[in-house]
Amino acid sequence: MTDVTCFSADCNKSKLFWGLLALGGLVMLSTLSAYFYIEHHGHIVTGMNNQIVWGLPHVFAVFLIVAASGVLNVASIGSVFGKKIYKTRSPLSGLLALTILAGGLAVLVLDLGRSDRIIVAMTHYNFKSIFALNMIFYTGFFAIVGLYLLTLMDRKLKPWSHPVGFLAFLWRLALTTATGSIFGFLVARAGYNSALYAPMFIIYSFAYGLACFLVVQTAMYKWNNIQIDEYVLGRIKNLLAVFVAASLYFTAVLHLTNMYFAKQWDFERFILVEGDTYPMIFWLGQVIVGGIIPLLMIFSPGAAKSPARILIAALLVIVGGHAQMYVTIVGVQAFPLAIFPGYAETSSFFDGVVHPYSPSTLEVMLALGGMATTFLLTTVAVRILKFLPIDKLDQKH
Amino acid sequence: MTASHKPERRDFLKTGAVVAGAAIAPGVLFYGIAQGRAPEEGASSLVRWGMLIDTGKCANGCTACVNACNTENGLSGKTGPQDSQWIRKLNIKHLQTGIEHNLPMLCQHCANPPCVDVCPTGASMKRADGIVLVDRHICIGCRYCMMACPYKARSFVHEPLADQNPDVPRGKGCVEACTFCVQRVDKDQQPACVEACNADGHQAMLFGDLRNPESAIAKAMLAYASVEVRGDLGLNTGVRYQGI
Ligand code: SF4
Ligand code: SF4
Repeated sequence: MTDVTCFSADCNKSKLFWGLLALGGLVMLSTLSAYFYIEHHGHIVTGMNNQIVWGLPHVFAVFLIVAASGVLNVASIGSVFGKKIYKTRSPLSGLLALTILAGGLAVLVLDLGRSDRIIVAMTHYNFKSIFALNMIFYTGFFAIVGLYLLTLMDRKLKPWSHPVGFLAFLWRLALTTATGSIFGFLVARAGYNSALYAPMFIIYSFAYGLACFLVVQTAMYKWNNIQIDEYVLGRIKNLLAVFVAASLYFTAVLHLTNMYFAKQWDFERFILVEGDTYPMIFWLGQVIVGGIIPLLMIFSPGAAKSPARILIAALLVIVGGHAQMYVTIVGVQAFPLAIFPGYAETSSFFDGVVHPYSPSTLEVMLALGGMATTFLLTTVAVRILKFLPIDKLDQKH
Repeated sequence: MTASHKPERRDFLKTGAVVAGAAIAPGVLFYGIAQGRAPEEGASSLVRWGMLIDTGKCANGCTACVNACNTENGLSGKTGPQDSQWIRKLNIKHLQTGIEHNLPMLCQHCANPPCVDVCPTGASMKRADGIVLVDRHICIGCRYCMMACPYKARSFVHEPLADQNPDVPRGKGCVEACTFCVQRVDKDQQPACVEACNADGHQAMLFGDLRNPESAIAKAMLAYASVEVRGDLGLNTGVRYQGI
């Protein structure tokens, strides 16, 4: 770890660096203008309403939050399970965990009806609320992962990296469980009525986190003109395959168990076959683009020699992850809530009908702010500190 | 207290909250909740307010309760997807028998309210007398409570509001729902919907103290079979329906 080549030494890539910052800054600017516009006019200017109360911003935010805990997996495998090729990647993994979480939380906060009351949110806790618990988990995550990064980068603190890494590992499991439970607790909604949500979110987080890690790592290697070792890439890509396959498996189990309960049939038919655009987003986005195609690419001959192919596979996993969040968050709300099961319902409040949702441009601008935040923080951090993972040949075995 | 009820003051607070929120919040929190009695009097746990709705008497097409609610609480009465509806007329038709019922659907004032459980800040709260309210000075507008409510009883205020009833604090970016007209109940009056239903001669809604065996509602609950909507969820709702 100590002989990591300097990222900024003589790279002379200042122009590109500032260009990237400007790009991220521009996206951030559009996010902020969307935010102030919504703040002024109210959520009436968005596509969200009293039926679809969480829209595109939540899709992007929850994706990032889940990915943030997953990306730390790389460090956990290194520190907790002592695998060397992952140990080398621990600092970058820790950094990404922080920047991705910051991005996700930023969007969540910007989409609040009263984001100006953030102080209230931080000083009033209802400890029964899983949402409040999440806030505590997020804060703790920042502290523990920050500390972990310190132990990795400071020679004197190095002996602590193992126990702190282990704590970070446990904490992130708890955090993802809590995030998944946000949905699992909503018993009234047909789509969320499953105990599988928490473990499923952990598996999803593994896949999304590793995919994000791969994208950033590939970009950094490209930037520094470093060729990633075939063996190392082979190991990481196989791990991604395991996570993606496990995600598909959990998704299948969720829907199969749901179908076992007669009261869930209508919902399953809605989300898998006939409900608006959701079946298409599910099958095409989550299953095919986010699952099957990446798996095929990862296992295609010569994949370990082709960082580009693995990069595309990772990007597809990320796209699929957003499709999954869209189905999980918006799709479930679109399905009419059965207030009187066994009855057809009609009212002025859209009871008994599928709720349409079309996100406005403002929501897209708001949602992209999470990625922009992550991008900006990461770009600056890797520029000023040593995060580039360098593999030593003898580390392989 | 009176000063706090003036709309201009609330508007000022709304815009000033960004800079001064932390400093002035403790002083104004009390007045974020719709209430008629002085805060120090509090609500009594000896009382549990409830409502019994006789679907047999609820007339098809009648919206007297809805209109009265809108007037009392300063709602626009518009019914777009982004407009607030605290009470709505629901028509339900049994899928097998085809039998139909009409009924008003409103916050059920659950004894075990999921909205209160999930609210991260504690803005959603249940008073000692069973009335479930949103403290609009603590609500951050996360809408988690709307996701959690099994009855779609809550609305999110999507746009700035004008001309409000000073007794009923509402605000852009916050979530709101039926309060059982707490501002009237605390003055020993009936909720506006109940009064309107009676005035129209339907008498489909009965409001009162479930804990007082002498009250009309407690007696009616003993005399007729009534149900909780989604009773399977075990929320122990304060609103019950008969005739379904
Ligand atoms: S009906 Fe909905 S809003 Fe009212 S108390 Fe129950 S859960 Fe809360
Ligand atoms: S929207 Fe307001 S009342 Fe509802 S859960 Fe969030 S903070 Fe609580």
